[in-house]
Amino acid sequence: MNHISAFLKTLLSSLRDLLPIILVVAFFQLVVIKQPVADLGEILFGTLLVILGLAFFIRGLEQALFPIGESVAYAFARKANLFWLLIFAFALGFGTTIAEPALTAVAAEAAKVAAADGHIAQEKLAMDNYALGLRLTVAMAVGVAILAGVYRIVRGWPIQYFIIGGYLGVVIMTFFAPPEIIGIAYDSGGVTTSTVTVPLVTALGVGLASSIKGRNAMIDGFGLIAFASLTPMIFVMAYGMVI
Amino acid sequence: MDFWHHLLTTGTSTLTDVLPIVGIIFGFQLLVLRQNIPNLKSVLVGFVYVLIGLTLFLVGLEEALFPLGKLMAQQLTDPAFIRSTVDVVGATLQWDDYKWIYLFAAAIGFATTIAEPALIAVAIKAHQVSGGAITVWGLRSAVAIGVAAGISLGTFRIVTGTPLHYYIITGYVVVLIQTIYAPRAIIALAYDSGGVTTSTVTVPLVAALGLGLASTIPGRSPLLDGFGLIAFASLFPIMSVMGYAQLGEWRLRRLKKKQKNEDSQDYD
Repeated sequence: MNHISAFLKTLLSSLRDLLPIILVVAFFQLVVIKQPVADLGEILFGTLLVILGLAFFIRGLEQALFPIGESVAYAFARKANLFWLLIFAFALGFGTTIAEPALTAVAAEAAKVAAADGHIAQEKLAMDNYALGLRLTVAMAVGVAILAGVYRIVRGWPIQYFIIGGYLGVVIMTFFAPPEIIGIAYDSGGVTTSTVTVPLVTALGVGLASSIKGRNAMIDGFGLIAFASLTPMIFVMAYGMVI
Repeated sequence: MDFWHHLLTTGTSTLTDVLPIVGIIFGFQLLVLRQNIPNLKSVLVGFVYVLIGLTLFLVGLEEALFPLGKLMAQQLTDPAFIRSTVDVVGATLQWDDYKWIYLFAAAIGFATTIAEPALIAVAIKAHQVSGGAITVWGLRSAVAIGVAAGISLGTFRIVTGTPLHYYIITGYVVVLIQTIYAPRAIIALAYDSGGVTTSTVTVPLVAALGLGLASTIPGRSPLLDGFGLIAFASLFPIMSVMGYAQLGEWRLRRLKKKQKNEDSQDYD
């Protein structure tokens, strides 16, 4: 019974989360575009699915992703085993990215562009290899990002030097990288931070910062996502320069 | 039939997203940390919720909201439509004839950001960690306002055709200056909010808007300009979140000053 009322509450707040989209779409349809909407039933059904899905996701977030991220962080902090913590950080970044469907799609698209440009041979094997290389590069980049970000949290270094340095790196690389890779490189930064990875990584960072003595969860705990959206740009441009 | 097929393929792709995470976490828990997972049953059920939730969420978006949003972007960027909204039509459309586009860009940027699941997660955590100083809705609104301003400015850039890097470099300079003055506790969170926004809901709709706009205006490249909007969407929230913290600090300072004045008046 309690479960049901809790779920209803989550459902209601999901409806509230979706409300701005519904209002914006309705306003522009009725006031500005003034065209009849086809398949209104289908749209309502889809919106219902979105609300239901968001409610389930939020429950899962609080029941699985947050607690598990925290529990791993506390366990590593208690054991004080930096070596395995860094291995874990790299594995988490690499493992969640290499399987990411959005990245697979971008990599396949990029291979097509590269083949059309005559950059690589226009045959399946060469394109598959190029796409796989790109996916490995991005996954490596995210692995390194989480590793470096976790190390920063452990040491308590200020984040801004890394981010500013990183963006300077991106700007400098942009001048030297082949033009056709730049768009893909910038896009790959956004692809990596998926909806499952973000809560987990956030819980990990905040959990680490609050269980290590002398670290502040607010100042030190966040920033892993910023790292993970920065390094792929640099790594992919480097990939474009090497290939 | 088509719907069930869609549900199945989305479910499978969500599964390939979740499985490595589960594998890595459970592997390290059991082999390296050598401890059992607390509340194992509840956590497993939670992962199933994540799986069901993301699948329904994505299917719903792709079945209903994305097609409609993309259609609307197309209709709004149609030159014939834009001409119909202008009273005095010149030989060519001027930048200020596109006002519905700027408004739509801001509104849809704001609305999709509010619905972004990853941002909800970060906001919940920030609320817990800050001891309530940052509210869930406060952070989400700050990020959403940033995205709205960014995308609106991004469409203006496409219309006028000014180079992207002017805006981005100026943006980074502003971020740099804000970083110096903003409260230390907000900086990492602000940088994170830049990465969170370019996620499930916002990107497809915003990209559709950029593509529609870039393909109807002569001299714009759809590929280059569609992507440019996303860069705006991840830059501006950094500014708005730092601004949100600066505003909060400023109000606190003013409140304290006022109280001090009142206190000293009491002694008079």
